[in-house]
Amino acid sequence: MEKSEIKAFIAKRCAKELKDGDVVNLGIGLPTMIPSYLPEGVELIIHAELGIVSAGATPKEGDANYDPYHVIDAGGGVASVAFGGGFIDSATNFGLIRGGHVDACFLGALEVDAEGNLANWIIPGKKMPGMGGAMDLCVGAKHCIICMEHTAKGNPKIFEKCRLPLTASHCVNKIITEMCVLEVTPEGLLMTEINPEFTVDQVKAATAAPITVSGNLKSMVD
Amino acid sequence: MAKKPVLTAAEAAKMIPDGATIMCGGFLACGQARAIVKELVKLGTKDLTLIANDMGRAVGPMGEEFFGIAELIHNHQVKRVIATHVGMTPEVGQQNTEGTLEVNLLPQGTLAECIRAGGAGLGGVLTPVGVDTLIEDSPFCMGKETIDGKQYLKMKPIHADFALLGTYKCDEFGNCWYKGTMRNFNVVMATAADTVIAECEYIVPVGDIEPENIHTYGMCVDYIVEGDRK
Repeated sequence: MEKSEIKAFIAKRCAKELKDGDVVNLGIGLPTMIPSYLPEGVELIIHAELGIVSAGATPKEGDANYDPYHVIDAGGGVASVAFGGGFIDSATNFGLIRGGHVDACFLGALEVDAEGNLANWIIPGKKMPGMGGAMDLCVGAKHCIICMEHTAKGNPKIFEKCRLPLTASHCVNKIITEMCVLEVTPEGLLMTEINPEFTVDQVKAATAAPITVSGNLKSMVD
Repeated sequence: MAKKPVLTAAEAAKMIPDGATIMCGGFLACGQARAIVKELVKLGTKDLTLIANDMGRAVGPMGEEFFGIAELIHNHQVKRVIATHVGMTPEVGQQNTEGTLEVNLLPQGTLAECIRAGGAGLGGVLTPVGVDTLIEDSPFCMGKETIDGKQYLKMKPIHADFALLGTYKCDEFGNCWYKGTMRNFNVVMATAADTVIAECEYIVPVGDIEPENIHTYGMCVDYIVEGDRK
């Protein structure tokens, strides 16, 4: 698969996690592709950290609601509010996040581990973009789902224990990659689905943590 | 209520001395007092501490060179940054590596809530966010507390000398209304600084903003500046 196909494949699988009416926060990049793949009849309340509760579709230049100076998303792109949605200030907005009012957040990761620890905000001495809203989201959202490519330039991103500084500990519920779906359980990583393009051994070789294969292993592809 | 003094952006910027701590509302400079910031750049006011979600943008939405407080960073007018995300302004990382800029990163909800606490007379915030992370070593963290078996970080309230608000409409009493996503950190920052300056796109007569729709109350605002209309 090419890079764009990999991202679309992961986003498509992530979309299956959602049900009608879920309040969902989507991280920058891959996660923002998820709404394109929602099953029919599933409408989400998209929670945007910049202060939109129920964000709408991305407006194009020339649209009546195209307003790059007043309505933007956390990546700086032009955003919109959905019909019936509203704007909110940061303190109240993050109260909603910490208070458990967001059903799920989908985030990328630099590293994630078998205990559900997540690292995605700093590479000491190299890069310090900051955590933005990620720490609050993975602590506060009811479900924290990591969606990412399984490896980075061939190197594992899933470890027994994260090496980079954590975003939060014991917060990740599920990891969805182009290779498989892993659930984080008290006993470690449980593979519940696999992309039929890969073998279990290939997945294990690309993962730096022990994986238990579910007795009911399913295909990621319908 | 009394009408609030209306200043030019240049007059407002001149009130801010070297070494001041400034809260800057705005998220990627949406909802930021960008006209006042431009004047601070012209004045060369230095050794500033900036408290803001991020440091603006190196490039604006229409290709503008610098958008918001990114230009203060570029000009080396800032000695310390308290923010949640600085990835859109690589110069922050560079100056930090060179040792000329101190950077304190806090989770976004924590920054908002610590500012809210600073403006609401609270002694701090207890949040589960940041437990088991580098935030435990932050100068804003006062230690851990276990309540009903759950761990929380004790975070300090945050206060500043100045707050610069980026509003859409401001009436003559200083009541403010924010359009779209401009509201972000402005609402809490308006309560947490000694001097609060509201830069708006439109100064409107009192009553234009319906009482139910006032986002920042005029009682919190000391000065009004009319900035650029977008």
